[in-house]
Amino acid sequence: MLLSSYPTTGERIRITLLWLWCGMVILFLLVPILVPVPLSFNSGAFFIFPLEGISTRWYEVVLGTQRWQSAIGNSLIVAFGTTLIATTLGTLTAIALSDEKFPGRRIVMPLLLSPLIVPVVITAVGSYLFYARVGLASTYAGIILAHTALASPFVVVTVGASLTGFDRNLMRAAAISGARPITSIFRVMLPLILPGVLSGAAFAFVTSFDEVVVVQFLASANQRTMPLEMFIGLREKLSPAITAAATLMMVLSIVLLVVANLLARRGKQRPRID
Amino acid sequence: MSALEPTKLDRPRASRDWSAADSGTAKSVAAALRRADLGDRLRSLALAAPLLVLLALSFGIPIVLLLSRAVYDPTIADALPQTSQALRGWNGTGLPDDAAFLALAADLRSNQAKGTAYELAKSLNARLPGARSQVLKTVRQLEAADRPPLEVMKAVPFWSAPGTWPVIESGTHSVTSFYLLSALDLRWNGDGGIERVSPEQAIFVQVFMRTFFVAAAVTLATLILGFPLAYLIASVPKGLAAILIVAVLLPFWTSILVRTAAWTVLLQKFGLVNDLLLWLGVADDRLDLMYSRIGLIIAMTHIQLPFTLLPIYSVMRTIQPSQMKAAYSLGAKPYTAFRRVYLPQVFPGVMAGCLLTFILCLGYYITPALIGGASDQLISNFIASYVNVELNWEMAAALSFILLVFTLALFGIFARILGLDRLKLV
Repeated sequence: MLLSSYPTTGERIRITLLWLWCGMVILFLLVPILVPVPLSFNSGAFFIFPLEGISTRWYEVVLGTQRWQSAIGNSLIVAFGTTLIATTLGTLTAIALSDEKFPGRRIVMPLLLSPLIVPVVITAVGSYLFYARVGLASTYAGIILAHTALASPFVVVTVGASLTGFDRNLMRAAAISGARPITSIFRVMLPLILPGVLSGAAFAFVTSFDEVVVVQFLASANQRTMPLEMFIGLREKLSPAITAAATLMMVLSIVLLVVANLLARRGKQRPRID
Repeated sequence: MSALEPTKLDRPRASRDWSAADSGTAKSVAAALRRADLGDRLRSLALAAPLLVLLALSFGIPIVLLLSRAVYDPTIADALPQTSQALRGWNGTGLPDDAAFLALAADLRSNQAKGTAYELAKSLNARLPGARSQVLKTVRQLEAADRPPLEVMKAVPFWSAPGTWPVIESGTHSVTSFYLLSALDLRWNGDGGIERVSPEQAIFVQVFMRTFFVAAAVTLATLILGFPLAYLIASVPKGLAAILIVAVLLPFWTSILVRTAAWTVLLQKFGLVNDLLLWLGVADDRLDLMYSRIGLIIAMTHIQLPFTLLPIYSVMRTIQPSQMKAAYSLGAKPYTAFRRVYLPQVFPGVMAGCLLTFILCLGYYITPALIGGASDQLISNFIASYVNVELNWEMAAALSFILLVFTLALFGIFARILGLDRLKLV
């Protein structure tokens, strides 16, 4: 493949080398994320191939012990809270920004994206400093607020992308038919951009569910989330339970992000109604 | 809006009798439109307001508060009110008069009474290493009260040492450049100039250089690995390209923590990477890859590779293959055609991918914390340890300040020359 109709020897060599190089790069990309999967089913207590035997004992540890169970519960509380707030407010903001009359979009957009650019340790340390003063440190509300800042840019961007395919004339038609602005947003616009909104929600969920640095600073001992348990476990002693937790987290984020991307694509490809 | 300007509407009809009334109508229509327009603007602003307010509270204020700690530290000024007063007239050279010594003694005793002496000692110690034990010792001697305070103060050599009083004096001004200068291994010398701190105290420039070095090495490695793969994906038929792009997206969609965990498994002494190196005969013995610079760079390269590759790929797929064919048919050698036709067009994508990876690498925290050794910790790890271990918020704030300046400057360059649309984080 890639060869022209009458390839020269030099061309053959170049294309072969390109394929070999890319094959190695793909192995480099995929092998590391696939390695924890078989190890998590190892019946032995070590990280070494070949496996001693197949067992689900490490999954029983992650899903069955109190420490991990409460971590999974905390992760779900925080991720659902973040998703709810970030999706609601992010969608409203994306709708506002899609209006060409929005004042100062060129200033607001970089500000909205800034939580993705500012190194996360700075966000975490700043939140710790401020939230401790106002009594939000070591609370679910504090963690959810901080995660909302990190997750909302994804919602604004995804919903914004699905709004570029939205025909604004529909809103005028709704207004002429007597709908108030709020009614037309809920009954006309929202159903049409729903794939984009759901996609943004999935991004927000994954952002919060995978986040560990902010949680490390803000969470008390009984608010440890799943990634934080993993981080602590990796620092203290390596247990194969971590590979099981890693596999579970990987599957969850990949599934959600596949869904998110399919939805985002559907949101953008919708035909315009004339 | 401009089409409805009243002047344009009423000019052709100026000679008619009812022109005045008509222009009045046009004016009121224009005014009504303007009002409606303002209403629309306010309504769209109101829609965005909840998130903007929430971001200001949960993200903006915390960061401004943190950064302010780098330049505003009222601990010493609050703890030493009388000393501040007494030092007003001091010219800053030599020792201040006895009144200042007495004021300091009184302040130290009142701090001891209020229970804030340790805090003061710690704060002075951050600016003047060794001050903590001297302050606490003096406080104990003052407490004993077997001698007059002035005698106690003069008996402790620390308070008559040349460097002590300038530091106290600068501490009585709440606004300070001390921590920001320290973050760059600089300090004020006695005569109002800025000098480097002694080599054994200098740590941060080295840490910043290390962070830049690791970021540059990772950026280069991702470019070398990613550019050919991006080219391949952009060139093969659609179906195969979709499969190959999944290979890039799967790691991209896995969290940094999970990928770091995978690398801690792989880089173990008896892990897969060492197995591979032995099998290939590259290494004679198993290497210590965990807690090493090379292990850190390998893991970070794996994590950043999609960030570099995707912007390059999205430019490459817009380039028509016929352009290269045209170059060949005009007699260009493959290398020439690549360099003069292909490369200039993909350059913005290469810039976007590399800048993005470089910016993100500057803020790495989890991976160095878990895979790097003690000498591979990057600037974010130092910020975290100043908060968690040293409890020195001012130093953490100053390092954050400098890191943020670098990050935002690079981000500004990115937005300026490439535009925000190229920012592919989703």
